[in-house]
Amino acid sequence: MTNHWIDIRNSDCILIMGSNAAENHPISMKWVGKAMDKGATLISVDPRFTRTSSKADIYAALRSGTDIAFLGGMMNYILSNNKFHKEYAANYTNASFIVGSKFDFKDGLFAGYDPKKKKYDKSQWAFEKDGNGVPKRDLTLKDPRCVFQLMKKHYSRYTPKNVSSITGTSEADLKKVYETYAKTGAVDKTGTIMYAMGWTQHTVGVQNIRMMAMIQLMLGNMGRPGGGVNALRGESNVQGSTDHCLLFHILPGYLKTPRASNDSLEVYNKKWTPKTNDPISANWWGNTPKYSVSFLKSMFGEAGTKENDFGYSWLPKIDDGKTYSWLDIFDEMYKEKFKGFFAWGQNPACSGANSNKTRQAMAKLDWMVNVNLFHNETASFWKGPGMNPDEIKTEVFLLPCATSVEKEGSITNSGRWSQWRYQGPKRLRGVKTDGDIMVELFEKVRELYQADGTFPEPIQNFRWDFVKEGKFDAHAVAKLINGYFEKDATVKGKSFKKGTLVPSFAYLLADGSTSSGNWLYCNSYTEKGNMAARREKKDPTGMGLYPEWSWCWPVNRRIIYNRASVDLNGKPWSPNKNILERKDGKWVGDVPDGGWPPMSNKEKTKRPFIMKPDGVASVFGPGRADGPFPEHYEPLECPVPKNLMSSQRINPVAPIYGTEADAHFSCDPRFPFVGTTYRVTEHWQTGLLTRWQPWLLELQPQLFVEMSNELGKLKGINNGDMCKVSSARGEVEAVAIVTGRFKPFKVQGTTVHQIGLPWCFGWVQPKDGGDSANLLTPSTGDPNTRIPETKAFMVNVDKLGKRRA
Amino acid sequence: MAGKFFFIDTTRCTACRGCQTACKQYKKHGVTKTKQYGTYQNPPDLDGNTFRLVRFMEHPAKTNSMVWYFFTEACRHCLKPPCKKKADQILKDAIIVKDYGAVLYTKKTKDLEKSFKAIKQACPWSIPTWSKEEDQIVKCNMCYDRVEAGLPTACSKACPTGALNFGEEAEMKKLANEHLKAAKKKFGGKGEILDLEDVRALYLIIDEQMKYRPVA
Repeated sequence: MTNHWIDIRNSDCILIMGSNAAENHPISMKWVGKAMDKGATLISVDPRFTRTSSKADIYAALRSGTDIAFLGGMMNYILSNNKFHKEYAANYTNASFIVGSKFDFKDGLFAGYDPKKKKYDKSQWAFEKDGNGVPKRDLTLKDPRCVFQLMKKHYSRYTPKNVSSITGTSEADLKKVYETYAKTGAVDKTGTIMYAMGWTQHTVGVQNIRMMAMIQLMLGNMGRPGGGVNALRGESNVQGSTDHCLLFHILPGYLKTPRASNDSLEVYNKKWTPKTNDPISANWWGNTPKYSVSFLKSMFGEAGTKENDFGYSWLPKIDDGKTYSWLDIFDEMYKEKFKGFFAWGQNPACSGANSNKTRQAMAKLDWMVNVNLFHNETASFWKGPGMNPDEIKTEVFLLPCATSVEKEGSITNSGRWSQWRYQGPKRLRGVKTDGDIMVELFEKVRELYQADGTFPEPIQNFRWDFVKEGKFDAHAVAKLINGYFEKDATVKGKSFKKGTLVPSFAYLLADGSTSSGNWLYCNSYTEKGNMAARREKKDPTGMGLYPEWSWCWPVNRRIIYNRASVDLNGKPWSPNKNILERKDGKWVGDVPDGGWPPMSNKEKTKRPFIMKPDGVASVFGPGRADGPFPEHYEPLECPVPKNLMSSQRINPVAPIYGTEADAHFSCDPRFPFVGTTYRVTEHWQTGLLTRWQPWLLELQPQLFVEMSNELGKLKGINNGDMCKVSSARGEVEAVAIVTGRFKPFKVQGTTVHQIGLPWCFGWVQPKDGGDSANLLTPSTGDPNTRIPETKAFMVNVDKLGKRRA
Repeated sequence: MAGKFFFIDTTRCTACRGCQTACKQYKKHGVTKTKQYGTYQNPPDLDGNTFRLVRFMEHPAKTNSMVWYFFTEACRHCLKPPCKKKADQILKDAIIVKDYGAVLYTKKTKDLEKSFKAIKQACPWSIPTWSKEEDQIVKCNMCYDRVEAGLPTACSKACPTGALNFGEEAEMKKLANEHLKAAKKKFGGKGEILDLEDVRALYLIIDEQMKYRPVA
């Protein structure tokens, strides 16, 4: 979230699309309700009428996988009807930038496409620069080569008629949603988006979100209370685990993972430190060397010196151009490319797309360790459906671990608040925390390396002073994440003794005098104490920022990009949306995105989007793998023979995996219906935690498949009938819920039916609960993130002769 | 103790079923073996383990093509409980009313097994249930032990959206009036508080009652 949960109450229009907040983030509806009490409008856009839709003022259905078409139409409406916030767009975004002459877009392809490599040459999307190397601008937005005009042209193709024909949403419903949301372009209004996996889990996942971010920027909703782009995270600490490098391409604090070609710290820093020639762009990532060196000091401590690049060569490197995502891991595992696997705190046999492939891949391992609370489908995959235990060599170890409430530590929520939690109940005997399991594991690995190890330096030199008597110490780790002065130092006129906690990332240095496990969290645990443990209920702005409740990255800034909430003179765009204001030469309110004076002070100011090299937000995104403007492509599996927008049916750079387990079909009579997956309120993720909880199982006991009354009639399926749902990759048995909450779509003149089912069940428990809906989903994904496309695929559904006993 | 009331604003309920589950958790109730039978509503009805049940009902509608109503059902704790009137005719004070209004089924109701049907029929909403495990008639007891210790009921404490509220009579009636006014404004004049003069569980609805719960 660029904003935070409480801030939803400041919104005038809440669009819930690509998420089902009422069911999967029930508490969020408290803040949605508070906004609605003050007159806000709630819009729910979803293929299925959900518990969220039941509370919405406006509901519109769309076919799964067509969000860019839906939102492209909204952009077209906003631009062609002058509903955008011109001053904001011109000054705070790259709408005014002039795009280089090589850029082009023809029939679904941007300039620079290499069909052999299925890759773009992104240099063809570069901006035109002046003599000083600063992008050229036209603040009137009239130059035909400026981003604004190119964008206007691009989205003029998304007419209501075209959009309706792609999405299956009626033109009347489109108009209602567009008109209502576009009203937040008025300066005294803000609109917010609450999205989740319904947007990310597509071959166009990143572009779904970019499309909405662009709309938010054109309407002037970014950085403002009641606005922003707000990802509802699927687990309470996903934000925290992402910040601390859950993903293969980043180190903690979103530093880049070193590539094999980055063979020295100098090369690494040069490669990954963005540059700007614009004197009023802060280009905050220009500080990358301070953060990367401080990170290395947190990894290797005293062993890392200037002479040995602070231990840079001991960091693991990834091969250039190679991806190591979830999909890649299981593809390689399936191809027997590696032998051992830790499935830690997860249940891939049910959670991963294309579960049959995942389960078969695990059978090719020599060993697997599953660290989990309960018995589950992963630990027991070798005796699951279709498996012959005699033929499976994989040795499986199931280690019991403590729940998050049985230990002390922090959880970072969707709103970027790091909240410290004390230990609740005592752990059961023999159950360890994840931290303690890791400590024991590492100490054993180190012992083995000491005896006989190839390249033992990374292990031997690994900093280990946060472990006390063989135990994980959450406070010591949190302090190291914040960072220390590693020697006496004077920074910004202040002197610090060795061993002092660094007050904030502004004090981090690139010479090895400071450590910080994650620069974004520098300021979270200082000499003033554990900021995440704060529980003060003061709200000085009255806008729900609660600055002394827990701690929020970066530097306790509650709404990021907040200097875009003020005009060029530092006054809030509208007095009713005041979280930050320049008064008597000072910023008052939230922690500003940099303390520089407002834009009207042309000498001393810096542009508000400080994390971007150009200092402005990117409506034109030249860094993405699949193009600078989001474009509608059909999902890998789709119900239409052609993409109405172009000859490119699917995203031309989407990854496609080639094993026999990766079958996929479009417009195949065997799989005529669109399928999607989702979660339910009553179960948590794969249900591993909740299927053992009898009260929750009572509420949602068995896998179901939801379908329209029309489809039920077509297939002779009645409500409550047992059905088989099948795709090119697998099948599940599920109880039919035949309902008016799904309706057939009119797509390109034909009727398209859609079904949906939750992925929270598994064969281990309960015995009659059914299995994971991920047995149906494909292993393809987004070309930028490689998140799987589990939200749109093709299936069939048939009635089974029997009711479940 | 002053009279206690529930106020339930159905327009705010998202059917998270926190109330239904919190009730079981607090009361350490057992589990009813359920099946998926074509709806989210489970168990199908109130039972010996289920003193509060969220009912799910969907109907076609003009706005947004349909409506999906959620109705968190439990004993209304009537001001003049007909179940007590009926039971008193057979066994005096098997059902008692606390000074703050909780209608409680005592252990004595075990001797009312033969009259259970009549007592259930006396209830306009067929709330009472015969519990084999408890060997008596059961239903929501307004978390009397919590209430007498100054705590809210388990269900109202769990509600995230402000749909299910519990408190003093004046406070709840004020809230009900405010919410009714807001609902009427929002839903084109529709909205009513059910059985305002007769019960301690005030429901705000915006459509015909039969669209929220099947008629008993």
